[in-house]
Amino acid sequence: MRIIHYWRAMWGIVWRECWRFVTQRERFISALVRPLVWLFIFAAGFRSALGLAITPPYETYILYEVYITPGLIGMIQLFNGMQSSLSMVYDREMGSMRILLVCPLPRWFLLLSKLLAGTAVSILQVYVFLAIARLYDIEASWQGYLSVLPALILSGLMLGALGLLLSSFIKQLENFAGVMNFVIFPMFFMSTALYPLWKLKESSALLHDLAHYNPFSQAVELTRFALYGQFNQYAFIYTFLAFFIFMTMAIIGYNPSKGMMIRKGGS
Amino acid sequence: MKSNALTINDLSFSYGGKKALDQVSFSVETGSCTLLLGPNGAGKSTLFSLITRLYDTRDGRIELCGYEIKQDTRKALAKLGVVFQQTTLDLDLTVLQNLRYHTALHGLSRKVATQRIQQELERLDMYERRFEKIRQLNGGHRRRVEIARALLHQPSLLLLDEPTVGLDVPSRQSIVDYVHRLASEENIAVLWASHLIDEIYPEDRLIVLHKGKIKAKGAIDEVLTFTETATIKDAFFTLTQGEQA
Repeated sequence: MRIIHYWRAMWGIVWRECWRFVTQRERFISALVRPLVWLFIFAAGFRSALGLAITPPYETYILYEVYITPGLIGMIQLFNGMQSSLSMVYDREMGSMRILLVCPLPRWFLLLSKLLAGTAVSILQVYVFLAIARLYDIEASWQGYLSVLPALILSGLMLGALGLLLSSFIKQLENFAGVMNFVIFPMFFMSTALYPLWKLKESSALLHDLAHYNPFSQAVELTRFALYGQFNQYAFIYTFLAFFIFMTMAIIGYNPSKGMMIRKGGS
Repeated sequence: MKSNALTINDLSFSYGGKKALDQVSFSVETGSCTLLLGPNGAGKSTLFSLITRLYDTRDGRIELCGYEIKQDTRKALAKLGVVFQQTTLDLDLTVLQNLRYHTALHGLSRKVATQRIQQELERLDMYERRFEKIRQLNGGHRRRVEIARALLHQPSLLLLDEPTVGLDVPSRQSIVDYVHRLASEENIAVLWASHLIDEIYPEDRLIVLHKGKIKAKGAIDEVLTFTETATIKDAFFTLTQGEQA
């Protein structure tokens, strides 16, 4: 199998996903409205309620809006990862997933391409969100906008792989809403997206531990540091390992001799 | 002597405890059209899922153009064109975008893809409509696009899973004619799952599947002799013990 074949297939998958996203105007707008509502309303309301100490990567006192911006970037990527997996379940029910799985490329590569496509879409959303936030005076340096890109790729891949893994276990579209409630909300609220770890520790040691070991927290921290041109090694390794584990499990889930086909009843 | 594009030996498959296919064996020659007849629930879709490797083959062997599907999956799949029962086109993309996506998955260069897309769409009188979204097309035209797509990478075996379901008579007839021409003129092997007896041509080969077992297979006169009946309809009725096709 020639390398060029892999390249063309990956490009085709990424292009299709991005094209679908930009032409579906409602999806584009709703993907942006969610974090913006949090930024402009929720964060503004909580600004006075929460006092934040100076913690890295910040070198001075910051507004709450500034603190939660990386968390909202994580939220965009988390929702996008789940939405991609929702579309996988939809594609599988509607049959278009079959066209992908029947093409002569290894399944792991097809899933990885699908994941990259979802990540590309999420990064598109993140930069539009950051541009709007900049108008609201929540800004990073231009180098920060660049240095955050690798972090966005890794966290997008990790959250997408989690979505992919879930999609391999979900038999029908109807079951998806439940998973959203059981995965998205606990992951988001039990993380450092909205409040720093030390704040959580003041309330509950258990919550602190859960938030610390939540891969979403580490993805948010990786993004937070990268946005200020800093590298958080622990968050990077943690996010990378989480990606690797989720992706391996998703590939097993989509393997015809091991995963979802067996649970569908075939033997 | 013609070679086999598809050879299936002793293939069995179960959903839990329920056997969907039981010791199924047959072959499809290049340049021939083989109709797989069976009532609903006969195991046709399961068989197609196994040939396309969506399900794993555990008991039995499937060989596609000399490649064993489990060992040489990718080489085997490269020889295969499929039209699934459900439409698998992206409704929000144009005809051209859908076909380009398929050529990308099969690694065709842009130049080759452009040539093949034009060639296949022209043969099916769909070239003028290449910039229309799939959503704007009727069922018959969507099916034509799916057949064109299945042929873009020049497969040796074309699988069609009840492609004419829900279509009006003229659309059905044109698809049936076209696929038969592909077999006779392009030397493509066709395996066509159907439950519509009027889609059979005199030169076709038949496989009658019922409750996961092959009840009869061969040329039409062989099946009629075997069942001691005068028409395909009677033969089918006898083999499936009165169940409707």
